[in-house]
Amino acid sequence: MQATTSKVRSDASPLAGKRPKHAREELRGRIYIYFCVLLMIVTIFSIVYFIASRGLAPFFSGDVGIGDMLLGQTWRPEGAPAAFGAFPFLFGSFATSLLAAIISAPLGFCASIFMTEIMPKFGRTALQPAIELLAGIPSVVYGFVGLSVVVPFLRNNFPGQGIGILAGAIVLSIMILPTITTIATDSLRSLPHGLKEGSYALGATRWQTISRIVLPTTLPSLLTGVVLGIARAFGEALAVQMVIGNAPVIPHSLFESATTLTSVITLEMGNTTSGSLHNNALWSLALMLLIMTFLFVFVVRMLERRTKR
Amino acid sequence: MNEQAFYTKDLSVYYGEKQAVKKISMDFPDRQVVALIGPSGCGKSTFLRSLNRMNDLIAGCRIEGEVWIGGQNICDPATDVVSLRQKIGMVWQRPNPFHKSIYENIAFGPRYHGIRGRKELDRIVEDCLRKTALWDEVKDRLDQSGLALSGGQQQRLCIARSLAVKPRILLMDEPASALDPVSTAKIEELIGELKKEYSIVIVTHNMQQAARISDRTAFFFLGDLVEYDDTQKMFTNPSRKSTDDYLSGRFG
Repeated sequence: MQATTSKVRSDASPLAGKRPKHAREELRGRIYIYFCVLLMIVTIFSIVYFIASRGLAPFFSGDVGIGDMLLGQTWRPEGAPAAFGAFPFLFGSFATSLLAAIISAPLGFCASIFMTEIMPKFGRTALQPAIELLAGIPSVVYGFVGLSVVVPFLRNNFPGQGIGILAGAIVLSIMILPTITTIATDSLRSLPHGLKEGSYALGATRWQTISRIVLPTTLPSLLTGVVLGIARAFGEALAVQMVIGNAPVIPHSLFESATTLTSVITLEMGNTTSGSLHNNALWSLALMLLIMTFLFVFVVRMLERRTKR
Repeated sequence: MNEQAFYTKDLSVYYGEKQAVKKISMDFPDRQVVALIGPSGCGKSTFLRSLNRMNDLIAGCRIEGEVWIGGQNICDPATDVVSLRQKIGMVWQRPNPFHKSIYENIAFGPRYHGIRGRKELDRIVEDCLRKTALWDEVKDRLDQSGLALSGGQQQRLCIARSLAVKPRILLMDEPASALDPVSTAKIEELIGELKKEYSIVIVTHNMQQAARISDRTAFFFLGDLVEYDDTQKMFTNPSRKSTDDYLSGRFG
């Protein structure tokens, strides 16, 4: 009995002990991939944990109420008594991002229709590279251009100093144009060819085909682009900060100074000491940004699910 | 002999330098089914697509010759393509219903052409669905997506959709080749019904299908029209040897 088992084992050992080459490669690849994935997950979770632990500290310590921060209108972190009302920042972030999307979405949709339906060749060779180039320009350059072109233009033609919500929104709208256009173009290109032909064969004009078949069919993907654009605008700090005026108030018109969550964080971060209430309150703003980003991602997922149906 | 519905005269189609259809002159009798057969790449689909100017959509495609429909040469650049395509319905190999409800799929064409009244549209939708034998299958779910139907139903929906703009001629590009045998039989039966009212031109790779449903058959080979005759004669006693070879499966 014993002899047979050991015999079997020794027979099997040449194969079992030395795995074939492809199996070893497979194992090596798997270890490598798992390691990378694990590293990524750990990084993301530690960032979230870090931001949340700092950002929630002011609430847990009882220095600031959540409602006071979300709805309060006065931001006076070093005053006595200190006030941490972040509503003007939230308002500024939303106002600039949504305005930017309102300006940018029609432009982006039209550009992508032009590139796919009207002049595909010119679109692919000239317009698309130009728009992709827009995505590569650093944000400080956008801010600089905004400060030297957009702000003087607004100052000369409208009331106020030129800096403010509208200036920020215009700069942002150019920055998110590539995102919206690229995603819209991809979705228009992936439209089944038969749909357009079907519409033309019924005697539809090109305009009727675009407005009643192409756009409604691709609407969820188009909106995905817009939401991703808003998400990018929401998180943009530098360019907006350069043109928005950075006044922690709720503006009464498009031409008044305001500020955004990102601007406040970048401007004040250097002046606080780690662990202070002021510093932790800034982390709370960062946490709000993070939560908003999650929400945007969630919306995009919902839209994608609608596309598949 | 039936009245003539339309005819082509020396019709050639070029893709760039390549001539895909070579000087084809054919006449199509009114209210009959004409089948176009031939091996892949012989120009039959291209020929079909030039009958309602769908080739306009393809860059680098050029048409020479004449297609006369209702006393009008539609190859004339001045032709109103929109009203032309209203007179000529088209159905493709792959069903391509719009991402809309069954009702909207059919109401779509009439809306383009200015019919807005709800009652009028209701009547057109029911009429077209009855003609394609879909009415009983879908009358309780007209507001459901056209994409929720089976492949065969989708194809009949597409036929119904093209009927809604009141065409006189129907062009079908392999309408049953992506369908199962039962659905195919339904489509063939439908074609038999529709030819009472419409002139039908159908491209098919299925020789039995051509024999079953068509009155006249045209055999295309390498862009040439080899033979065009009554279906019965073509399948029993073709006058060209290459037709005979193709029909009996000796090449192609």
